[in-house]
Amino acid sequence: MLAWTIYISFLGVLVLMLLPKGNASSARKVAMLSAVTGLLVALAGFFQFKAGELVTVAKLPWVPSLGIEYHLAADGISLTLVLLTGLAAVGGILFSWNIEHRAKEFFAFYLALIGGVYGVFLSFDLFLLFVFYEIAIVPKYFIIAIWGSTRKEYGAMKLALYSFIGSAMVLVGLIAAYVVSGARTFNVVELAKYPFPHDFQMWAFPLVFVGFAILAGLWPFHTWAPTGHVAAPTAASMLLAGVVMKLGAYGCLRVAMTIFPQGLENWQLGVLGLHSWRDVIALLSIIGIVYGALVALVQKDFKFVIGYSSVSHMGFVLLGLMTLNTIGLSGAVLQMFSHGIIAGLLFAVVGRMVYERTHTRELSVLEGMNLGKAMPFAAVTFVIAGAASMGLPGFSGFVAELQVLIGAWQTYPTFAVLAGVGIVVGVAYTLRAMQKAFFGESVGPSAPLGAKAAKLAGSEPGAPFATISVPERLGAVMLIGVAVLIGLYPRLLLDVILPSFDSPLFDWLRKGGAP
Amino acid sequence: MNYSQLLKFAAPETIVVLTALAVLAVDLTSLRGLEPRLRFIIGGMLACVGCAAAAVWMIVMPEQANAFGGMLVVDPLTQLVKVALLGLTVFTILISIESNFTQHVGEYLALILLATVGMMFLVSAEDLLMVFVSLEMTSLSLYILTAFNKRNIKSAEAALKYFLFGGMSAAFLLFGLSLIYGLSGATNLGGIAAALQGRKLDPLLVVALVMVVIGFGFKVAAVPFHLWAPDAYEGAPTPSAAFIASGSKVASFFIFAKVMIIGFAGATGSGAFGYYESGWVPMIAIVAVLSMVLGNLGAIVQGNVKRLLAYSAIAHGGYALLGMLANSQQGVAALVYYVITYGMTTLGAFGVVAVVEQATGDSKLSDLSGLCRRAPVVSVCMLVFMLSLAGIPPLAGFFGKFYVFLAAAAAVKNLGLLWLVVFAIAMSAVSLYYYLQVMKRIYISDPPAGAPRMRVAWLTQATLAVLAVSVVLLGCFPGWLVGLIERALASLAP
Repeated sequence: MLAWTIYISFLGVLVLMLLPKGNASSARKVAMLSAVTGLLVALAGFFQFKAGELVTVAKLPWVPSLGIEYHLAADGISLTLVLLTGLAAVGGILFSWNIEHRAKEFFAFYLALIGGVYGVFLSFDLFLLFVFYEIAIVPKYFIIAIWGSTRKEYGAMKLALYSFIGSAMVLVGLIAAYVVSGARTFNVVELAKYPFPHDFQMWAFPLVFVGFAILAGLWPFHTWAPTGHVAAPTAASMLLAGVVMKLGAYGCLRVAMTIFPQGLENWQLGVLGLHSWRDVIALLSIIGIVYGALVALVQKDFKFVIGYSSVSHMGFVLLGLMTLNTIGLSGAVLQMFSHGIIAGLLFAVVGRMVYERTHTRELSVLEGMNLGKAMPFAAVTFVIAGAASMGLPGFSGFVAELQVLIGAWQTYPTFAVLAGVGIVVGVAYTLRAMQKAFFGESVGPSAPLGAKAAKLAGSEPGAPFATISVPERLGAVMLIGVAVLIGLYPRLLLDVILPSFDSPLFDWLRKGGAP
Repeated sequence: MNYSQLLKFAAPETIVVLTALAVLAVDLTSLRGLEPRLRFIIGGMLACVGCAAAAVWMIVMPEQANAFGGMLVVDPLTQLVKVALLGLTVFTILISIESNFTQHVGEYLALILLATVGMMFLVSAEDLLMVFVSLEMTSLSLYILTAFNKRNIKSAEAALKYFLFGGMSAAFLLFGLSLIYGLSGATNLGGIAAALQGRKLDPLLVVALVMVVIGFGFKVAAVPFHLWAPDAYEGAPTPSAAFIASGSKVASFFIFAKVMIIGFAGATGSGAFGYYESGWVPMIAIVAVLSMVLGNLGAIVQGNVKRLLAYSAIAHGGYALLGMLANSQQGVAALVYYVITYGMTTLGAFGVVAVVEQATGDSKLSDLSGLCRRAPVVSVCMLVFMLSLAGIPPLAGFFGKFYVFLAAAAAVKNLGLLWLVVFAIAMSAVSLYYYLQVMKRIYISDPPAGAPRMRVAWLTQATLAVLAVSVVLLGCFPGWLVGLIERALASLAP
């Protein structure tokens, strides 16, 4: 049944293509219908799921002579991320309810992206996974290049090329794995069982891992993320940060770490205190956490703050993966979910609620607008989302990052301390952005549009902002609700995620990476 | 073997020749006074029916024969390639029907059909004489097709360049073939292989090999024998360019691989990383690498879509050569799948260019601006073709590349050819850039102020749509064509 999440999305694309031109309202209704149905299917799948099992959704021969199968399946990790995709998809449409310019095409590309993302999370045949992974690239390019803002064509092209280079690396690894195993299969469970030669794993692992991690924002390959997020329209930023970055992290976990686990073993010699690819990646993710947070601290553009914060938060995911203990790994998966929700919410506030009303994202300009009074709903939403993002208890981010830190403490105590520093800086940049954007010094008695901003917006100085619309409120409430729900009752997800690591797929990893 | 048997084996070719003559005769005798468009429709339909009849003949009556020691080889694989060639010819004719570059409709269609006959014989040949004769038959028809737009001086220039380069390379090829005959005393590929077996790679054989590679390298537009391609593609009437890029590529790659893999089975050498051994494999590996680099980097800077497609064709030639380098059954299967799907995709892309050219008068990148609002259906087709060329799943171009890369990686022990695969994959990442530039023009740039919606004939639109849908279907369900090719190959194995 879960396969319908994919089919419904692509069906939506077809319906949208056939719609008559220039009918924005029916386009968004079709898109909404498709996204909500997808979410309902995902929810149904989630609640029917028995922890620890591996649900085979579809298994048909596809290219028999090469042993390629159309094999969709789901374990707890896939399900968590499918659920996230459903939520982000609905949220994204709620926050792009006001799109009028080429709305039909916008939603068609949007649903194609969603369909590809669902497909990646559900594929258990690596060829199929790769196909869906690449399907997701092209719509991103068009969505950003057509409907984006600041340097949109540059951002879109950079994102497309980074993604494509990453997937090229993955493709080399997959082809090599297929040939070396000689088993004529791309089935991830089969390949995970195959004992690849140690030397082969040693070069194939970093190739495939980094190939996927480019999309997860691994430092120093993260630079597409801030520019891409900033250039993208709100819904696309939400999806980029919300689910597309998770594609990368998911690929790292599902593909690189399961079929080439020995790539994590120690080298014969140590360089600068690093003894394995595991150390290298853990170090890079720590750099990502701290660097992303520090850079976010000095941004002048509101959206760049959130863009860099994504790099920082995704660092936790990668660090969690490298702990190789159950608590760290499940923390990483939970962090994927949590960041998807919270980053989506932050981008929605910045891109949709603030930018589309003030037409500026310069923190120094926003400071003079007294937005806390002019749009209280946006301010409250941002305060809550910011608190969640900082990792305050009661929100999903806290549980996830705490788990990652505990996991890291067991393997990399120094790095755990440094990650703690990252969290502190995270508090600083969030508070700084919050204070500047919403609670700045008021220049006059309620002057919603300053002279400069009014010029940018093309309206009279002093004109009031449009009120926050119903879809925006709905979207914000939904995402906050989820973040709080998971924060208060994390077992809802953890009960599903944790048993997944008991499957034979992760045999090697559960032994803590010891040979 | 008597003549009636021979006629039976060569029936498809005969049907196409007769069709060519019929088209010519009908056009000369009864269509003279009509307007060109009507003549194109009647003649084109006749030609399509002829091609379809030949294809149906082969599907209904599969034969297996080897006439006169390899002069004409009919087997499931050659028949499959020939059916594909006829299909590409039909599509070429369909996209020509709405064009207005010539008054000589009968001659134009007859030449396309004759070129097709040449390609069909080429595919069936396993004898050097027959290879050369049918190669020349194809080439001469293509030279004239390139020059067919008499109103455009660029067309004449392109044809002259194509002809001079082609004549030169034919001389090289002939020289190489004569040396091979001198070395082996045989003209048929099996005989050559047997005679060369166990022979060391002496200078004479090396010279012969180099000459042959030059000759075929020209036909498939591989670097450094590619110089004619961009000019010829740009200057030729667009349907002719489409035919050169699709049908002729399919046939040339097929025969190139056949000559190398069967004829020079004893002089293979090795291109495995760190284990080089001289022979044709390392030589063609270098040609492939050069084609991928120069084709992709050259395409980035082009401002004309036809030139861009020419450079992309060079790059795709490089990828396809990987299938040949695999030197295995899987490699040949991958090569055939690749060139057939590539032929369809590039034919479609040229078809779109032809539409744009007719509306705007030129084929510069800027002429595509805002196409999605001027001709939405055509734009969606172009999206499919460009993404397929870039190798984005689930389109045929992706599976073709994947299959070729897989075959190349699996061909030599210990992933010996993986270095070529890595190279090819890296280069196809580069290629995404310029294909996206084309898409950017179509979907993101605004149309020129006041530009009206383009009027696109329904036949052209339907042809392009059929091509686009086929590219999607072949990509989504590659198993069907792959199965056909592999079964055909398996039936050849002794």
